[in-house]
Amino acid sequence: MPEFSEELVIRLYKTMYTIRGFEEKVSEYARTGMVPGFMIHLSVGQEAVPAGVCAALREDDYIVSTHRGHGHLIAKGARTDRMMAELKGKEAGYCRGRGGSMHITSVEVGGLGANGIVGAGLVIAPGAALSARMRGTDQVAVCFFGDGASNQGTFHEGLNLAATWKLPVVFVCENNGYGFSTPQRAHQSIGRISRRAEAYEMPGITVNGDDVMEVFLAASWAVERARSGGGPTLLEATTCRWHGHFEDDDDDYRSAEEKATFPAHDPIALLERRCIEEGLSSTAQLERIRSEVEEEIARACAFAEESEEPSPEDDAGLVFAGGER
Amino acid sequence: MAETMAAETEFLTYFQAVRLALKEEMELDPSVFLMGEDIRFSIFGPTKDLHLEVGESRVLDTPITESAFVGAAVGAAITGMRPVVEIMFADFMTVCMDQIINQAAKIRFMTGGQVKVPLVIRAPGGMLTSSAAQHSQCLEALFMHIPGLKICVPSGPVDAKGLLKSAIRDDDPVLFFEHKALYFASEEVPTDPQFTVPMGQAAVLREGEDVTVFAVSGMVSSAVSAANSLARDGISAEVIDPRTLVPLDKQALLASVRKTGRLVTVEEGCLTGGVGAEISALVTAEAWSDLKGPVVRVAAKDQPVPFSPVLEAACAPTAQTIAAAVRECVEKNR
Ligand SMILES: Cc1ncc(C[n+]2csc(CCOP(=O)(O)OP(=O)(O)O)c2C)c(N)n1
Repeated sequence: MPEFSEELVIRLYKTMYTIRGFEEKVSEYARTGMVPGFMIHLSVGQEAVPAGVCAALREDDYIVSTHRGHGHLIAKGARTDRMMAELKGKEAGYCRGRGGSMHITSVEVGGLGANGIVGAGLVIAPGAALSARMRGTDQVAVCFFGDGASNQGTFHEGLNLAATWKLPVVFVCENNGYGFSTPQRAHQSIGRISRRAEAYEMPGITVNGDDVMEVFLAASWAVERARSGGGPTLLEATTCRWHGHFEDDDDDYRSAEEKATFPAHDPIALLERRCIEEGLSSTAQLERIRSEVEEEIARACAFAEESEEPSPEDDAGLVFAGGER
Repeated sequence: MAETMAAETEFLTYFQAVRLALKEEMELDPSVFLMGEDIRFSIFGPTKDLHLEVGESRVLDTPITESAFVGAAVGAAITGMRPVVEIMFADFMTVCMDQIINQAAKIRFMTGGQVKVPLVIRAPGGMLTSSAAQHSQCLEALFMHIPGLKICVPSGPVDAKGLLKSAIRDDDPVLFFEHKALYFASEEVPTDPQFTVPMGQAAVLREGEDVTVFAVSGMVSSAVSAANSLARDGISAEVIDPRTLVPLDKQALLASVRKTGRLVTVEEGCLTGGVGAEISALVTAEAWSDLKGPVVRVAAKDQPVPFSPVLEAACAPTAQTIAAAVRECVEKNR
């Protein structure tokens, strides 16, 4: 059982605060037209899931991400300046401005890609895990996906394959209760998605995704199991998306009463309270982290702003590995 | 048959025209119903709150399972219903290719005509402000390769309404490609519920003598503005909008090329294996002696659509690049 050392708690806090700070900035940019595109999906409110899961991973482990991928990548260790540059479509961005928010990917931190196709990652992650095993490493692949994605055929196909071949995968369902405008009860007959694990004889666990420590403990167990040859786990974290499905969504399918409950789920405030109550950290220390993060985000924005636009001439060379065909 | 002339019109956007067609057809025919992800919410508007007007059971929000609901639509279609399904972005049609290509397109033929598949798949395609590689594609040409699928590419509200009504009444599977960038284009649209635009009939949007410009979907208005600007320089371009790619109005196309002797095709999909490739081969085979020079194809670059606005703008044809290509076609082949 991993210890909640001061160092770990600070790391979890910093990760969550960075995701929040980064995304609140992106939200502001989206409103003022300072980032291109209308499909910017934020994970504000859901920070504890990527933070807790990625803290259980090694640097060389893989994550397969979704359309809502900023948090996953930050938690895996990506640089916010190159991320912000990508969101602005700049050459210094991780994908050289070709991907943008929905496809933001940093392979150097083990990110295998954010995806615009809901459910696609559920079959890609088992492949990365298979590759790790064939190459003789003990890397683990984590697959993030939503409650909506859990209905795609790829969910069942991916879980079946991973279970049959005992692949080192952890399937992490970020259950925020909605697939776009569709509430979970309207898109599936079950409440707990983790129950589906039973069909593949793999462990299925549901945790409170507002509680980063709970997420971290469950993820650590699942990652360890995967790494040691025990096979895949389906880990469901219940969470809450504060913003609309994407930034242009007026979110009229959720009532004002429902939205009023969001702050009660705040994973950052929850960890803050626990830190103080359990003496894991001091108010002053948390304050210091917050200002460090704020400075980092400001630097990231400046970097992105000053970066060069990409050149269309370079596009052709990116289509195939050998350059221009 | 010419399109029905209608006295009454209403100023509608493209998405409102689609909505009106859906509503009218559901009112006329109880076997018509809609399915798709978040269609009651409706990201681009055509089906927003339509269930409140036509009844809960006629507008079904589905789980995110393209294979399942397109397959279910095939099942419903072969048993007496007329489903209209929406794929939220045309790109996601790749998720249910088996249902479209091996099932819907093949069933009538394979069963020796025992069953028909009156299914419509509405799918918005095309580029719209940095939607990037998985939300921007024009896949029309891909499906033109598959016998058994009809393909509509309405370029404006009137065609959107009239063609969708024809598609719903048609007994074959129809892929109905809406263009995201056109959703807010508007014009006067006939309000007569019997108004339709027949499939297989092109529209000549502008008459001309020197060159035929065959433009598809989102490229039609750019082609028209290119033609207008060329007219000021004494180049007379005839602009043809096929409106449906399958069936294709060969007569209108060939008649125009026989008159002008030159052809430029314009599409937003990729160049290689594109719509223009097929049209070019067809015209070359059937009107070779009338052509004064090679057919020119204007299309998007053979690459995924980039996110960056600068790159995206350089990827697809514009009125300027179309005009330049048309001018070159005319000047090179005097
Ligand atoms: C194959 C496919 N179908 C539909 C969409 C449109 N879409 C994007 S995100 C989304 C909802 C996803 O819900 P969920 O998996 O719960 O993830 P969340 O957005 O809640 O994080 C939908 C329908 C898509 N991108 N890909």
